[in-house]
Amino acid sequence: MAALNNIQALNHALELAMKKDESIIIYGEDAGFEGGVFRATVGLQEKFGENRVFDAPIAEATLAGQAIGMGVAGMRPIVEMQFEGFSLPAFQNIFAHIARFRNRTRGRWTCPIVIRMPMGGGIRALEHHSEALEAMFAHCPGLTVVIPSTPFDTKGLLLSAIESNDPVIFLEPTKIYRAFKQEIPDEYYTLPLGKAYTIQEGNDLSIVTYGAQVMDCEKAVAAYQNENPNATIELIDLRTIQPWDKKTIVESVKKTGRLLVVHEAVRSFSVSSEIIASIQSECFEYLKAPCARVTGYDIMIPFDAGEYFHQPNVNKVLDKIRETIEFKF
Amino acid sequence: MKFFEKYDSFKNQRVEILNEEGNVIHEELRSKELTDEKVLEAYKIMNLSRNQDDYQNKMQRLGKMLSFLSSTGQEATEVGYAMQVKKGADWFVGAYRNNAAWLTAGIPMRNIMLYWAGNETGNIAPEGINVLPVNIPIATQYSQASGIAFAEKYKKTKNVVLTTTGDGGTSEGEFYEAMNFAKLHEVPCVFMVENNKWAISTPRSKATKALNFAIKGVSVGIRNVIVDGNDLFAVYSVVEEAIKLAREGKGPSLIEFDTYRLGAHSSSDDPKVYRPEKEFQEALTRDPLIRTKKYLISKKIWSDDLQKKLDLEQQEFIKKEFEWVLANNKVELEDIFKYNFETMPDLLKEQYEEAKAHFDKHGYERGGH
Repeated sequence: MAALNNIQALNHALELAMKKDESIIIYGEDAGFEGGVFRATVGLQEKFGENRVFDAPIAEATLAGQAIGMGVAGMRPIVEMQFEGFSLPAFQNIFAHIARFRNRTRGRWTCPIVIRMPMGGGIRALEHHSEALEAMFAHCPGLTVVIPSTPFDTKGLLLSAIESNDPVIFLEPTKIYRAFKQEIPDEYYTLPLGKAYTIQEGNDLSIVTYGAQVMDCEKAVAAYQNENPNATIELIDLRTIQPWDKKTIVESVKKTGRLLVVHEAVRSFSVSSEIIASIQSECFEYLKAPCARVTGYDIMIPFDAGEYFHQPNVNKVLDKIRETIEFKF
Repeated sequence: MKFFEKYDSFKNQRVEILNEEGNVIHEELRSKELTDEKVLEAYKIMNLSRNQDDYQNKMQRLGKMLSFLSSTGQEATEVGYAMQVKKGADWFVGAYRNNAAWLTAGIPMRNIMLYWAGNETGNIAPEGINVLPVNIPIATQYSQASGIAFAEKYKKTKNVVLTTTGDGGTSEGEFYEAMNFAKLHEVPCVFMVENNKWAISTPRSKATKALNFAIKGVSVGIRNVIVDGNDLFAVYSVVEEAIKLAREGKGPSLIEFDTYRLGAHSSSDDPKVYRPEKEFQEALTRDPLIRTKKYLISKKIWSDDLQKKLDLEQQEFIKKEFEWVLANNKVELEDIFKYNFETMPDLLKEQYEEAKAHFDKHGYERGGH
């Protein structure tokens, strides 16, 4: 067991995967020599050589396109996009090809690709460095979309993503890359994709969240339970955005009768839209309050000086917890 | 045509006028417009940008600014082209590393600082200054520039567009796509590559095996040339010709400036991790400021005393601009909502009211929520 932060867990997982499987290679802008802008791949070029870990020219469309070629030819490329906001030029190859190869060829060829990218705000970054585009990726059939929130999950989910024979968009919340450390096993382990994790069980409200917002929600839940010692809240980390774990959330809401979804991405046509719509139709008779959400607003992500207005925070979550639990018909 | 005909990028030649000792070695190539007064004017802006970079680096270390991208080492290139953008007529569509060019083209320093302090209002160009906002995604500005140039040609004006990218930006497909369109329509656009040898930590040798960047123009049929980017005289003279050709309806040009990034990629990275010290030390000897200063001193229009006086004046000015930024770096809640559409949709109005109720209750200060 070692205490690692998220970025160290990521690096550790990549190293274990590369040791295990020679068909894995890593490339991206600055991902080789320097180890990426956040040092996620630091030291890997030294350990595995320039043939397996290398810098690529700044050309996102091609970074994704080349992964298709490598994937159909039997390799397992891991591509680093420098920030989620810079993945937009790669959408053509991700949406038009990477996601479609299995279906298009009826399983003859697949794209066992992982595209990793830092995501989300709260790091005082420049424009295009704070996007939360998970719903856009989740809209595209054929893509698995993962967002970890802890070092334990980062390692286990990344290793599953690498093992997956389907393409995985692996989004890493930059705000929590180095926010805290956690003791995690040294050995190789995987966590199932498509499965949510119940952080704590409860009876009065189900909160579903993921990524950097898990921390905000934990604080808000603790604050609420402190004020209301009889209340218990079920807190669920979604972990995989698509395919999402409907079963766990349906069961939870059937028990609690109340749902709150929290994410930083824009509200309309979002992950919360999908979850709430599904819960309304599958748990309608169990609901004791309207399903609620705390999200970013439907606006461009503000630059640093105004970003705090846009992001979910502990008080936004806490107020919504109160409103939902105390709701009366 | 003095430059585009004479110089052959296949031979890897480059235009040089002012050598490293500050002597003019090709007087016949020097633009008649580039008088000594103009050189002095350019030098003062180069020096101002350098001082601003130094100051901002200090402020960034203190946590008072976000990461920013300095022009240090590239001032001769940026000032040399930007001083030829005719205000109220021509356009400059820059990249993210263009501090010296923005100052030269008329963007107030306080706007630039406000932008790097994380405030959208820094993007507002004053009336009559056609400088597009900071372009963070790579090479996308090339397409925008070719579109503006198309519009200017369509409107039958004589206005031209200057656009620039780094050597890394030439790897993006859009670099090629934009130039291809520009040449097809013979639009008045000057494409520039500031080859500063590094794309973050990736050296030029790992970005391309092409002989140089200028010849990338050959593939789309655009005339091209390489210029010593630390030579203000060469930069000015070649850009002058490219602009003249564009105004005359003779289409786009591609200019590669051979320069060097003396600073970090951004104030968040440390070039010592990836950049050989020897290479950096050699680059210091080609500092464009030193070269231009040597010229001015040889002409007896500059001295160490004048330099000290200028540095003090500029440092004072920079400090005052930054104090203004600190006092004015405010964003009203409504500001983050009201510019997403011409008219705020009802759904967004609802979200604004919701946010307002939250911040009315919990306070509007960062961290106070």
